[in-house]
Amino acid sequence: MAIPTGNLKDRLFERATALFAGIVLALALLLFALLVRESLPALKKFGFSFITGTTWDPVAETFGALPFIYGTLVTSTIALLIAVPLSVGAAVFINDFAPPWLKGPVSFLAELLAAIPSVIYGLWGIFVLVPLLRDHFMKPVTRVFGWIPLFKGPVYGPSMLAAGVLLAIMVVPFILSVSREVMATVPQRQKEAVLSLGGTRWEMIRIVIGQHCIPGIFGATILGLGRAIGETMAVTMLIGNRPDILLSIFQPGYSMAAVIANEFTEATGDLYLSSLIAVGLVLFLITFAVNLAARWILTRLVAHASRGI
Amino acid sequence: MESIAIRRKLTDRAMTGLFLFAAILVVAPLFLIFADLLWKGAKELRWSLLTDLPHPVGETGGGIANGILGTLTISGLAMAVGIPVAVMTGIYLAEYGRGWFASIVRFCVDTLAGVPSIIMGIFGYVLVVLPMKRFSAWAAAAALAMIFIPIVVRTTEEMLKTVPHSVREAALALGIERWKATLFITVRTAWSGIVTGILLAMARILGETAPLLFTALGNQFWQSRLDGPIAAIPLQVFTYAISPYEDWHDKAWAGAVVLILMVLSISMAARFFTREKKWKP
Amino acid sequence: METVNSPILKITELSAWFGANQVLRNIAMNIERNTVTSIMGPSGCGKSTFIRCLNRMHDLTPGFRLSGGIVYDGTDIYSDPIDPVALRRKVGMVFQQPNPFPRMSIFENVAVGLRLNGKNMPKSELAGRVEQSLRMAALWNEAKDHLSRPGTSLSGGQQQRLCIARALAVEPGILLMDEPCSALDPVSTGKIEELIEELGERLTIIVVTHNMQQAARISDFVAFFLMGDLVELDRSAKIFTNPSDKRTEEYITGRFG
Repeated sequence: MAIPTGNLKDRLFERATALFAGIVLALALLLFALLVRESLPALKKFGFSFITGTTWDPVAETFGALPFIYGTLVTSTIALLIAVPLSVGAAVFINDFAPPWLKGPVSFLAELLAAIPSVIYGLWGIFVLVPLLRDHFMKPVTRVFGWIPLFKGPVYGPSMLAAGVLLAIMVVPFILSVSREVMATVPQRQKEAVLSLGGTRWEMIRIVIGQHCIPGIFGATILGLGRAIGETMAVTMLIGNRPDILLSIFQPGYSMAAVIANEFTEATGDLYLSSLIAVGLVLFLITFAVNLAARWILTRLVAHASRGI
Repeated sequence: MESIAIRRKLTDRAMTGLFLFAAILVVAPLFLIFADLLWKGAKELRWSLLTDLPHPVGETGGGIANGILGTLTISGLAMAVGIPVAVMTGIYLAEYGRGWFASIVRFCVDTLAGVPSIIMGIFGYVLVVLPMKRFSAWAAAAALAMIFIPIVVRTTEEMLKTVPHSVREAALALGIERWKATLFITVRTAWSGIVTGILLAMARILGETAPLLFTALGNQFWQSRLDGPIAAIPLQVFTYAISPYEDWHDKAWAGAVVLILMVLSISMAARFFTREKKWKP
Repeated sequence: METVNSPILKITELSAWFGANQVLRNIAMNIERNTVTSIMGPSGCGKSTFIRCLNRMHDLTPGFRLSGGIVYDGTDIYSDPIDPVALRRKVGMVFQQPNPFPRMSIFENVAVGLRLNGKNMPKSELAGRVEQSLRMAALWNEAKDHLSRPGTSLSGGQQQRLCIARALAVEPGILLMDEPCSALDPVSTGKIEELIEELGERLTIIVVTHNMQQAARISDFVAFFLMGDLVELDRSAKIFTNPSDKRTEEYITGRFG
């Protein structure tokens, strides 16, 4: 009996899919290579002082990126300080307190929050959030606590605080969903064990979350940090765009993404453009490291959970 | 004893209240943003918004028609390139991908997914704008494709992995060639999930602004060529929002309403696709 | 040219390994044309592994190895020029869990094998083949008015008959069944057993089962496997009344397994 031979097509198809996977690999390498190549003039000229330099002066062609790194870190920190407690609290509420009919709608709303384009957040930030913060938070606070360097006036409105608050709203959905996933890995029987011993629900949460979810929530936080660091439009529109290192969070600042967004098309001169791309390279490396850390923490946690907590 | 029990109860109540408060604070901005969009966007919401070119400062009326067309053009180009690359890569990772090559590709996809979108703008600029010496729809599409591809690769891989092994076995046992079994049975089984991933990624790139700043650049007029600067709604919203003119602020809100309607309707369509189609006798 | 009376399958010296673990040892048997053969034995005796060797389903399993010969209609199915894909059209398979293709209608489930095997046939002919397969699988009367419903909307027993129809549609010479009733209720099991007896008159069927009563009811021949060895192969009546091997006797009298 003649049975026809050959699965040449199978091999061709597999090769074809591998070829496309190779394209994705090549794109990632290309992105990195282009960033490095275009940054080289600036990095050669300034060396390590590109990261430590505090002067960003296009006229004098002196470029130091520290003010942007500082602004990025301050706004991201403010964002996390607000977003993490809120997301974790909301995650506990949705997972353990909300009646079943409420869970769907609340997570749906959080998903919507994640779907809003960042330029719309920025628009809302300029015209609604900034005036609100300026008149009802920043001004009263400087009046009373103005002597503390962190809250020093004068108050303009656009500031590192405003950018941080808006960033907090934007990263909440991500931290929330990862926290919920982490909390869902705690076996129900563990929670029931605490309740059956006569513990209140808060005690159950404190014990179970405290023992099992801290690393996961930490991973979620790092993931949120990765998003906050790279966010461009909302920060550009709210941070005030002033390349100085100021202690007061009520003062304007500048972030890495924002300086690229604002100055790229105006960059006259090769060194200026190269310096902006070098800022991009630094931003790339920081987010890369942060995301890698988050993934590492979360996958380790998953491995841990599957072994049984 | 008694007082300890009461204190524990009160703490429990207080914490419950705090959790509820956190949940309310989390969703409150959504309502605030939507209310403001409707309230402030209403002023400029009229038909001509969708059909007219932008008018200069001081002239009333005018629209964002060129931005709508530009956004659709750029996103369309990005998807035309991105869908085949991403879906095929997803198929590779789910169906064949073992060993070091697949691990490296997965690592690259995860890395790309975390790259800030402004850096994809630099990518489009260096790769397309510099050699062509002009801003263009092509450059913008290149930047958006870089955002689109990793999202779709991931969802495609995940969706294919939800297809039970028994489905692949049944297909092979019928004497169907593996490539056909993969495309016409495994991929087909996961298809609605893959389409959902594509739609969500589309919603994401429609609203992206940062990667367009120095690739598409923006344009006050119609652009019929793909190798010249082109308008896009997010760019128009940004430009209007940071301008010093009152009437442009109104236009920014109106543009934002159009943008969010586009993005949300596509997200809704995605939800519709994921919904498990249940057979009712 | 083989004669009609010669065995359809000749298995000689078949051994198989998963990694370092030997799961089949020197199996030798012939399978006669148009008979029903049950492969019986306790769990882990290698019966599923055995029938999966017959349509090369192990090809994609990493670490799987085999030696010996399986000759189907005069051709060694593991010899070089044999295409496993084409082989599987000749040697169909039905699995333990009913596994109709999700998101395909009843009609598509049966038609998909013909369509994807590159047989271009007019729609009417395709519909005819689908009907014929569903009739052979005794599902036509229940399904004929709902052919466009999803295959997964059927009951478990109906789904299994759909899978049988799907396998029959590509017109295999042998049908392998890997514990086809173990996931089904007694009524559905009865229907599938009836079906196997009927089909056995036109088709060679090899059924894996750990249910002795079932083996006795449906098969012409019974092979008894134990720990990777073929202990005994004989006519069903002989095995259950007068087995030659002591271990077979112990098994059928319920002393182990």
